[in-house]
Amino acid sequence: MATAEEVAKAAERRDIRDRWLLSAPALLVIFLAATGPLLIVLVYSFLTPGSYGDVKWQFSPEAWIAVFLERDIFDDTLSVAAAHVTIFLRSIKLSVVTTIATLVLGFPTAYFMATRSEKTRDLWLFLITIPFWTNLLIRTFAVLQIIRNEGIVNTILLKLGIISSPIQILYTDTAILIGMAYVYLPLMVLPIYASMEKLDFRLVEAGYDLYATRFKVLRKIIFPLVKPGVIAGSILVFIPALGAYVTPSVLGGGKNMMLSNLIELQFGQGRNWPLGSALSIAVMIIVMVALLAYVRNAGKSGVRHG
Amino acid sequence: MNWKTTATAMGLALLASTSLARADGELNIYNWGNYTSPDVIKKFEAKYNIKVTITDYDSNDTALAKVRQGGTGFDIAVPSQTYVPIWIKEGLVLETDPGKMENFKNVAPEWANPDFDPGRKYSVPWALGTVGVVVNTDAYKGPADSWGIIFNTPDELKGKVNVVPEMNDVIFAAIKYVGGQQCTTDKEVLKKVRDTLVAAKPNWIAMEYNTIEKMGAGDFKATSDWNGSALRQRLANPAIHYNYPKEGFGLWSDNVVVLKEAKNVENAKLFQNFIMDPENAAGLSAFHRYANAIVGSDKYMPADMKDAPEVVIPAADKPHAELQQMCAPEIQDIYTKIWTELQK
Repeated sequence: MATAEEVAKAAERRDIRDRWLLSAPALLVIFLAATGPLLIVLVYSFLTPGSYGDVKWQFSPEAWIAVFLERDIFDDTLSVAAAHVTIFLRSIKLSVVTTIATLVLGFPTAYFMATRSEKTRDLWLFLITIPFWTNLLIRTFAVLQIIRNEGIVNTILLKLGIISSPIQILYTDTAILIGMAYVYLPLMVLPIYASMEKLDFRLVEAGYDLYATRFKVLRKIIFPLVKPGVIAGSILVFIPALGAYVTPSVLGGGKNMMLSNLIELQFGQGRNWPLGSALSIAVMIIVMVALLAYVRNAGKSGVRHG
Repeated sequence: MNWKTTATAMGLALLASTSLARADGELNIYNWGNYTSPDVIKKFEAKYNIKVTITDYDSNDTALAKVRQGGTGFDIAVPSQTYVPIWIKEGLVLETDPGKMENFKNVAPEWANPDFDPGRKYSVPWALGTVGVVVNTDAYKGPADSWGIIFNTPDELKGKVNVVPEMNDVIFAAIKYVGGQQCTTDKEVLKKVRDTLVAAKPNWIAMEYNTIEKMGAGDFKATSDWNGSALRQRLANPAIHYNYPKEGFGLWSDNVVVLKEAKNVENAKLFQNFIMDPENAAGLSAFHRYANAIVGSDKYMPADMKDAPEVVIPAADKPHAELQQMCAPEIQDIYTKIWTELQK
């Protein structure tokens, strides 16, 4: 004979089991979809390249060696893969600069939005999300139309007589940065705004009451409180910027490779799928390590408040 | 369901069934984007009562990788001559023996027995073209029949030259420029190629495919390009000229093959035969703007293509044309390394 307590326990167990069973299909799909393709990439990185693309099912560490070392085509000496390092650093630099640019532009924007009246805030939020309605490629081509030699900016400046010949912006690093900052700005604004919205502005008032300067209020009150938003925004911008493909190709002219171009080359004209796979995994690992370090540090130095 | 929706549904079902009954079959074509004349396809559909579906690809490597995975449902693909031997060797294509087809008599003799498909056992010519140098003569008036425009850019064009980033084409051109043979294993030549490319790059503004628009808008004043693209540029701006480099220039041809996994083999063969008809070949050319290998098609060519210097290679330049080949994987590997070095 079961006591009432046992019955209740059994019911609870059944309940837990049912919950797991019911969510199992979804969990399985998520697990397979998240790890399956990655596992294939990982396996491919240890295989031998096929003669004309694809892979031969033969173990080979060559791809991983080629990520870090290169054999000189002409004198056969082995050295650090300088080309890969250069390309990697270029991508990192672009991501860092993009993150800083979007932060500089995004922080005041978010502050402005958060300090509007509650009704108009929604409108501003809505305006920020509008660019997301359009495909990335189309937005990038729109930027191209603005900055090209015959584009809007140059035409206006020429007509006004401010310049006598068009400024070459397109196909420069500046062009890439303009495009990247434009494309990734909403990803920075939204998380900062989310933190800023919760900010208790009475604290700001209190700061002023205690004769803090504007800069001090910003630095000692606002910034520490919205820091989680800044961190989230920076991560959201930095990671996709590292893998950016369309914007650097269209606005930069494709002369200098980014990481994504280097990887694409291996799966396309280079026909070295294992190297492409190894490069992809290497990038993932580096990003993951950098991210963990960043989040940890950011968490440690987090200012206590209350 | 009210009577209106019922009637509509029945009507639609009836329509669907009649259209199914009308087409005797299907044909699924896998081809480069913006390359297949809708008019010629319509004519084919009407003539044989076959419904044609076209799917696009953007590179030989994409097409090869996809078909190699199998289960594509495509009947026909159009690989370039460099890739045809790979498709044959990997057993992806069906031996349809176009050499014995009725319209094969129309194929120009120099294209009837090519090295990439001896005896034309698998493939039918779709289009031919060249890779040369396009120059806007408003910006540069000097001689332009040389790869020097790209690799030793004259002052007027510095910072205004584009290079179409097709690895094999660019390295082929650079090898010709330094006086080597394509697919060479000579390290000295390859070293010169690399040094030439690396030294030339600072004078380029971009490495892009989008030449028609950018040459038209004046973003580029010169570019390496395909002849069909050059023709479109000249029709938009008469100052733009296509030049055949005297050091040697690449010749290519895309070819229609039937896949081994094709479900509509007979329809695919009908199509192979159909496009070797002069009038149809001219129809294809009128759309994609490249030459074809079909004798007698010039009669039906549009007026702006008949004598176009981009389409008809001038007799003086013809000796410098060379059919591009696929190099061995080891050499291809060196190409990739040079390419990475160039774009790093």
